[in-house]
Amino acid sequence: MSDESRQPKASRRAFLTGSLAAGGALAAVGAARAAGDPAILELPDWTTTLGEGVDANPYGMPSEYEAHVVRRNVPWLTADPVSSVNFTPLHELDGIITPNGLCFERHHGGVAQVDPAQWRLMIHGLVETPLVFTLEDLKRFPRVNKVYFLECAANSGMEWRGAQLNGVQFTHGMIHNVMYTGVPLRTILEECGLKPAGKWMLAEGADAAAMTRSIPIEKALDDCMVAFKMNGEALRPEQGYPARLVVPGWEGNMWVKWLRRLEIGDKPWHHREETSKYTDLLPDGTARRFTWEMDAKSVITSPSPQAPITHGKGRTVITGIAWSGRGTIRRVDVSLDGGRNWLPARLDGPSFDKSIHRFYHEFDWDGRPLYLQSRAIDSTGYVQPTKDALRSVRGVNSIYHNNGIQTWYVNENGEAENVEVS
Amino acid sequence: MSRFPELGLILALAAGLQAAPASAGPLGLGRPATPDEIAAWDIDVRPDGVGLPEGRGGVAEGEELYSDNCAVCHGDFGEAVGRWPVLAGGQGTLTADRPIKTIGSYWPYLSTVYDYVHRAMPFGAAQSLSNDEVYAITAYLLYLNDLVDEDFVLSRENFLSVRLPNEPNFKDDDRLQTETFVFDEPCMKDCKPGEPTITMRAAVLDVTPEGDGEGSLE
Repeated sequence: MSDESRQPKASRRAFLTGSLAAGGALAAVGAARAAGDPAILELPDWTTTLGEGVDANPYGMPSEYEAHVVRRNVPWLTADPVSSVNFTPLHELDGIITPNGLCFERHHGGVAQVDPAQWRLMIHGLVETPLVFTLEDLKRFPRVNKVYFLECAANSGMEWRGAQLNGVQFTHGMIHNVMYTGVPLRTILEECGLKPAGKWMLAEGADAAAMTRSIPIEKALDDCMVAFKMNGEALRPEQGYPARLVVPGWEGNMWVKWLRRLEIGDKPWHHREETSKYTDLLPDGTARRFTWEMDAKSVITSPSPQAPITHGKGRTVITGIAWSGRGTIRRVDVSLDGGRNWLPARLDGPSFDKSIHRFYHEFDWDGRPLYLQSRAIDSTGYVQPTKDALRSVRGVNSIYHNNGIQTWYVNENGEAENVEVS
Repeated sequence: MSRFPELGLILALAAGLQAAPASAGPLGLGRPATPDEIAAWDIDVRPDGVGLPEGRGGVAEGEELYSDNCAVCHGDFGEAVGRWPVLAGGQGTLTADRPIKTIGSYWPYLSTVYDYVHRAMPFGAAQSLSNDEVYAITAYLLYLNDLVDEDFVLSRENFLSVRLPNEPNFKDDDRLQTETFVFDEPCMKDCKPGEPTITMRAAVLDVTPEGDGEGSLE
């Protein structure tokens, strides 16, 4: 069937090519000799034949032509995929919301497949009444909807010693930004009755890593949530189904997934993920701990090494994202010449507290090489620093919290590369 | 129901749990946790010893347990296999170009070792070790880091007498106090002299994954 239907088209295409080669002299004679774009002149299958009906995909998936838009990992980075990370394809995304299936994953003991009927949240320690909640109980609390970014503290951590990975997916892809539906943690803790001596909270997951982090009670009562939906649907298993902790603006490791327990105490626990890991070693051998807040940061997502300029010189769109763990983004500057001169970019889309912001810079590219950089300024006045400024204080062995300015070199052909420039 | 007395009893027990006094909280949601439930999940240990269970274990038992359960990833002497974490050695390397961060060289508190080994190890068989076994493995890890002798036995009673050498070298987050350049007014024009020069390229390293054929990088 398809062979038959394509046969005449093939011959017509051959004829058309011939006529174009002949200067198009015959093109005006009739429809069969029309000159122009075959995508217009030849009716495609999707116009002449019926498509699939409803229910062909009960849970809808992206177009088959978008199959390359997937999370990817860096196999050499970790010992085993069960305790590893993959990266959000930032170069393929726009707006501020990350689709659920593209949110980067970081697990320490694989993805727990938790039966929601067996899920329990226990709150105990320095509370008046230790309580147990089912998922149904959780959904009887008043809910809120909030858009927050979640960034791994190790995002860009492979770039401390210099440009290493050729793709924004790998240099900056340990971040996602979704709308959470859940219950303010304050409301849940008030149900138990906090004792005045309670200054810290230990959050614990139900996965095979039993992930734990110590969180000061001020943060727990400020804007933390226990979330059960992301972008309107149930949390994905890899994001902590059926419920996770949301710790806005703070490093992603604290957003405990598959949450099972909250203990209130009078001191921090100093567990593995806040001592051996997620502490920042400095050149003098001392280390910073409790570096919870994510500093203001931005990156150009296109063009970038995975998203080169393919249209040649002329009208060109630069786009990227910016975020801050301390508030909103006030301004993003873009440089085309490696930081010599800066122009304010155009922010577009909603500006939410501790959320990704989207920026654009449209210009006429003259075809000469570009040294693209972006610089975020947040609502506290914090200006995203250069990588060298950070290295001058932190050296190159602190792993976490690299929010330095990224440079993409774009050559005359539009190909982009991760570089550092003087 | 009367045909299944056992089932009736189970249901009555379950109902009893459900009907336990509702929370005293303002919304009346949730139910009180029983002491046994709290004990079943409350496994965390703090540097001041809070949470440590009864038990004891020595270097000798620890060596055998370590060989059976840990060495496949962490190496016979804590030196690590592949990219699994190094557990021993590295003392004096924190200021080196390539620091080796181990229990002996970096971790501030021994309680973290006990807590983590119990909650998450062995990898893939979490919370399968007895308290005595966790004490023994912890003792052996101290031995591998030259912090105790081979006849050392660790217990809840002597736990706080062991201090890890790097404890004093941690300080609370001071980024905003020490990196004040982030509040400088940003330069907009003629910020650097000359033309940009590339000082390093990712392409030279060539470590970017090429994908699996399903979605390779352009």
